[in-house]
Amino acid sequence: MARAASTGAKIGWSALAWAIGLLIFFPILWTILTSFKTEAEAIASPPSLFAFDWTLENYGVVQERSNYVRFLWNSVIIAGGSTLLGIVIAVPAAWAMAFQPTKRTKDILLWMLSTKMLPAVGVLYPIYLICIQLGVLDSKAALVFILMLINLPIIVWMLYTYFREIPGEILEAARMDGASLRSEILYVLTPMAVPGIASTILLNFILAWNEAFWTLNLTAVNAAPLTAFIASYSSPEGLFFAKLSAASTMAIAPILILGWFSQKQLVRGLTFGAVK
Amino acid sequence: MATKASQSAARLMMAPAVVLLLGWMLVPLITTLYFSFADFRPLRGVFEPWIGFDNYERFVSSSSFWDAVTTTLVMVGAILAITVTLGVLLALLLDKPMFGQGVVRILVIAPFFVMPTVSALVWKNMMMDPVNGVLSHVWRFFGATPHDWLVETPLLSIILIVSWQWLPFATLILLTAVQSLDGEQLEAAEMDGAPPLKRFWFIILPHLARAITIVTLIQTIFLLSIFAEIFVTTQGSFGTRTLTYLVYQRVLESQNVGLGSAGGIIAVILANIVAIFLMRIVGKNLDA
Repeated sequence: MARAASTGAKIGWSALAWAIGLLIFFPILWTILTSFKTEAEAIASPPSLFAFDWTLENYGVVQERSNYVRFLWNSVIIAGGSTLLGIVIAVPAAWAMAFQPTKRTKDILLWMLSTKMLPAVGVLYPIYLICIQLGVLDSKAALVFILMLINLPIIVWMLYTYFREIPGEILEAARMDGASLRSEILYVLTPMAVPGIASTILLNFILAWNEAFWTLNLTAVNAAPLTAFIASYSSPEGLFFAKLSAASTMAIAPILILGWFSQKQLVRGLTFGAVK
Repeated sequence: MATKASQSAARLMMAPAVVLLLGWMLVPLITTLYFSFADFRPLRGVFEPWIGFDNYERFVSSSSFWDAVTTTLVMVGAILAITVTLGVLLALLLDKPMFGQGVVRILVIAPFFVMPTVSALVWKNMMMDPVNGVLSHVWRFFGATPHDWLVETPLLSIILIVSWQWLPFATLILLTAVQSLDGEQLEAAEMDGAPPLKRFWFIILPHLARAITIVTLIQTIFLLSIFAEIFVTTQGSFGTRTLTYLVYQRVLESQNVGLGSAGGIIAVILANIVAIFLMRIVGKNLDA
């Protein structure tokens, strides 16, 4: 009796949850579907969900007209470069704070976090001016550096929370056995830290990929990543719904896939360890 | 345990991160502060290094400032109300036993990974377009006249778009909190005959209070600097100009750097008021 009731409840909850899940996912699904339609079918009324002639021509047109691959490449360089540079700078810092904590460690961590809360618009003009002075406006290098700085607090924090979970006794044991600092890091710490570092890279790559304040304001033609490329579609010209959909699908597909792997890190990374 | 040598090694390891962030914070901020007291309009070749608080007075006394503050408060407030309320309900739902839980969770989380310019354009063209948008088709299906979302109700439209983007974040964090709820306490309450609504109000909600506070604060920080969603939809017209967007327009569009910088400093101060509360909570958590 009780079991029958709970199965019924399970079916009910499942139906409700699936309905809501699909409703939330619908705009993405609709965009992906439209990208496979012809422009004529994309504006058909009433529209059809699946029953249309599937075509790949939009993807070809987007690449041909706007050289999509170049924007993709810019996104990869900017997101990847800023994340890796950030990791190189943050790993030693987080390591020191996790294993050699002092009275000021907490203050330094909180201060780093506070720099993340500085509204970008408050420093827009000085950064813009510095980029012009250095001749790096609309360059990938400038964005790699700026996005690295923006995400550095999150990278340090995430690594710090991961490193703190590595038991200190193991390090002590290694030291007792006469391991040098270098071999301690290389052979003891690194293998245990790799999963945490990988998760940190994943989440920060996603954040950098989707960053849309500095990438919109500091790029024009040469360094524009996908965020800026998509924004150029904001003024419609003739029949463009299917092409917009194809461009959008290409811009979000890689990150959607990466994102599904990073659900857990998302909570940890964006709440600064306050919710686990 | 920490020897002198290892301590200075630790300091050396922290140095690059600390120095870079210090530079990132101080150099532009001091420059903005400096410009905010200057009459600086590069397009006209005007640069008067010190005009006192004129920029602040002009910025604060213009009606566009107060409109922007109102718009910002309405936008951030509405998005927070929507995402937190729906987030709590969704988190409770996702915690229930169901078939294909993993897939449902993926569907719900997906919007968070869509880049802001894409989600704004997808909603503008694919959903809210008065002729071809899905919502218009739905309206027509029910015999209603399609609503021109971004023209007739631009602020509401942006609120909906951004809420869609941030609902996954709220849901995911609240779900993490829901899953740490003590099942025995709930069962005991159920045995004692407490109705679902009472259980929600007296057990579940207090348990979620901390997570809700954190979601609210973190989202506020991010929402205060919404930019791309406005940039590709309304360009700040029709009462959708937030403080962030107003400062952007003053600084980059009309290149009145002095005036914009004063606005920037005001935005920094406002964001810091929120940040202080968040830091307190995070700081307390570090001790534990």
